[in-house]
Amino acid sequence: MAFLKGKYGVLLAIAIIVLILPVAFPSNYYFRIATLVWISALAVIGLNLLMGYAGQVSLGHAGFFGMGAYAVAVGPTHLGIPPVASALLGAASAGLLAFVVGRPILKLRGHYLAVATLGMGILVAMVLNNEAQWTGGPDGMPVSRLVLFGFKVKGPVMWYWITAGFLFVGAWLALNLVDSPLGRALRALHDSETAARVGGIDVARHKLIVFVISAVYAAVAGSLLAFFDGLVTPNTAGFLHSIQLVTMVVLGGMGSILGSLVGAAVLVTLPQALTVFHDYEHLMLGLMMMLFMIFLRRGIVPTLRDRIAGRVQ
Amino acid sequence: MNAVLEVKDIGIDFGGVRAVDEVSFEIRPGQIFSIIGPNGAGKTTMFNLISGVYTPSRGAVKLAGEDVTGLPPHRLARLGLSRTFQNLQVYFRMTAVENVMVGRHIHEHVGITAQLFNLPSVRAQNRASRQKAMELLDFVGLADKADEPAGSLPYGALKRLEIARSLALGPKLLLLDEPAAGCNAVETEEIDGLIQEIAKSGVTVALVEHDMRLVMKISDRILVLDYGRKLIEGTATEVRNDPEVIAAYLGAHGQTEAARADH
Repeated sequence: MAFLKGKYGVLLAIAIIVLILPVAFPSNYYFRIATLVWISALAVIGLNLLMGYAGQVSLGHAGFFGMGAYAVAVGPTHLGIPPVASALLGAASAGLLAFVVGRPILKLRGHYLAVATLGMGILVAMVLNNEAQWTGGPDGMPVSRLVLFGFKVKGPVMWYWITAGFLFVGAWLALNLVDSPLGRALRALHDSETAARVGGIDVARHKLIVFVISAVYAAVAGSLLAFFDGLVTPNTAGFLHSIQLVTMVVLGGMGSILGSLVGAAVLVTLPQALTVFHDYEHLMLGLMMMLFMIFLRRGIVPTLRDRIAGRVQ
Repeated sequence: MNAVLEVKDIGIDFGGVRAVDEVSFEIRPGQIFSIIGPNGAGKTTMFNLISGVYTPSRGAVKLAGEDVTGLPPHRLARLGLSRTFQNLQVYFRMTAVENVMVGRHIHEHVGITAQLFNLPSVRAQNRASRQKAMELLDFVGLADKADEPAGSLPYGALKRLEIARSLALGPKLLLLDEPAAGCNAVETEEIDGLIQEIAKSGVTVALVEHDMRLVMKISDRILVLDYGRKLIEGTATEVRNDPEVIAAYLGAHGQTEAARADH
């Protein structure tokens, strides 16, 4: 497991998982679930940069996710913007929103920051719910199929590979960032803001940068989900989805890129696997999440990695 | 020669309490300038005022002739001010060498896009920062601990790690807040040697320290604070023999300890 530590180890692990899984998949249904995992994992990696590395919480990231999703629905339908350009526009708008609201709210810390980001997420969801002439309101709206170079992108298998590609690139960029001057500054301000400041780091600016980056990750993931589903609903931007993203970060492991993938995988697949429990499905899900957190407190990947390395925490 | 640091009539209040009041002093280039005084005299508060962690209620601070009063810490860092902390402020989840690399922050000039794509410029920057950090770890005697998580290092090593990190910035003025606190005699000796070497390399040093033997031995000038006010400023001999200082701080025992520094 030691090889999972380095940057290339993590990328290799992701590549192996992505390449091997299809061999074991008996039906399209599995490709569909895996695609959902890749998409969630992409958003979770971005959020992990903010939460796990820089130590800043966001309970409103589904808002950015929803912006990306609705961009590819609204853009082509109402404004005649091509789908891919709409996705780029969605990512840019999410980044812009993060930049504008991030300035004042990132001055807040801990619970105050959590509540402020929560408010921002709810605001986006409300707009999507209420501007029915643009968004279809609570029912959502259809997303026209993605056509690239005259070629229709459809079916879970194709989306499996596309989203896996995005996940891989997203992980690569995040891993690069973590080991760069910016990433070191973020990890530093997480451990001691005072020392970081005195060390010449413009803490407010760095928090803002990572907030914008994580918003763009979420928006791109949102666009992918909308294309894949062919439908968007306000739930993608909703509070519950924000909580799910945060849970994936914590479950998989704060400050672990591979953990982001594992956290997403657990939270996406577990409800599917637990359907055998019928009425007790949600009960079991809640119970398992509690057990995970009690016994793997620092998240699945960091805890297991240390156990296997034989280090006592 | 111009003063590296000029503090003029500085003061700060915390809820009506004058933590520091009307203190003025100058630190000349190459000096080791110590600030001593009883607990609660305002020594660390003074460091926080100079390094921008606190904004002074009154007075002015000049760094190398430039008025820097009220500038935030990260701006002061770029003007050549660096410091360590009394209560350790180490990046515990990063390795020792990464801690020091963070200290190189103001010298790292690569764009965000370049960092995301890990372009050759970023790799070169990372190598340069790491190399400089390794030199500094070697200087403080921690080269063999470079890739260990800072959280796993013993207390004395963390004290030296902070010194290495603060030097990485390439400061004109270095504020050391109780670098020998909690250290045993051997470790104190090592820190003593480090401070003198730092001063010799041309970095001006301001020191807050309770170890009187250390202070009296290495300081060019000493400022004594009591209840946030300046009691006296002078050389070790002047301070040691000042009746007010003996009464307020040194006491009879402290005086003999301080005198022993000469031997």
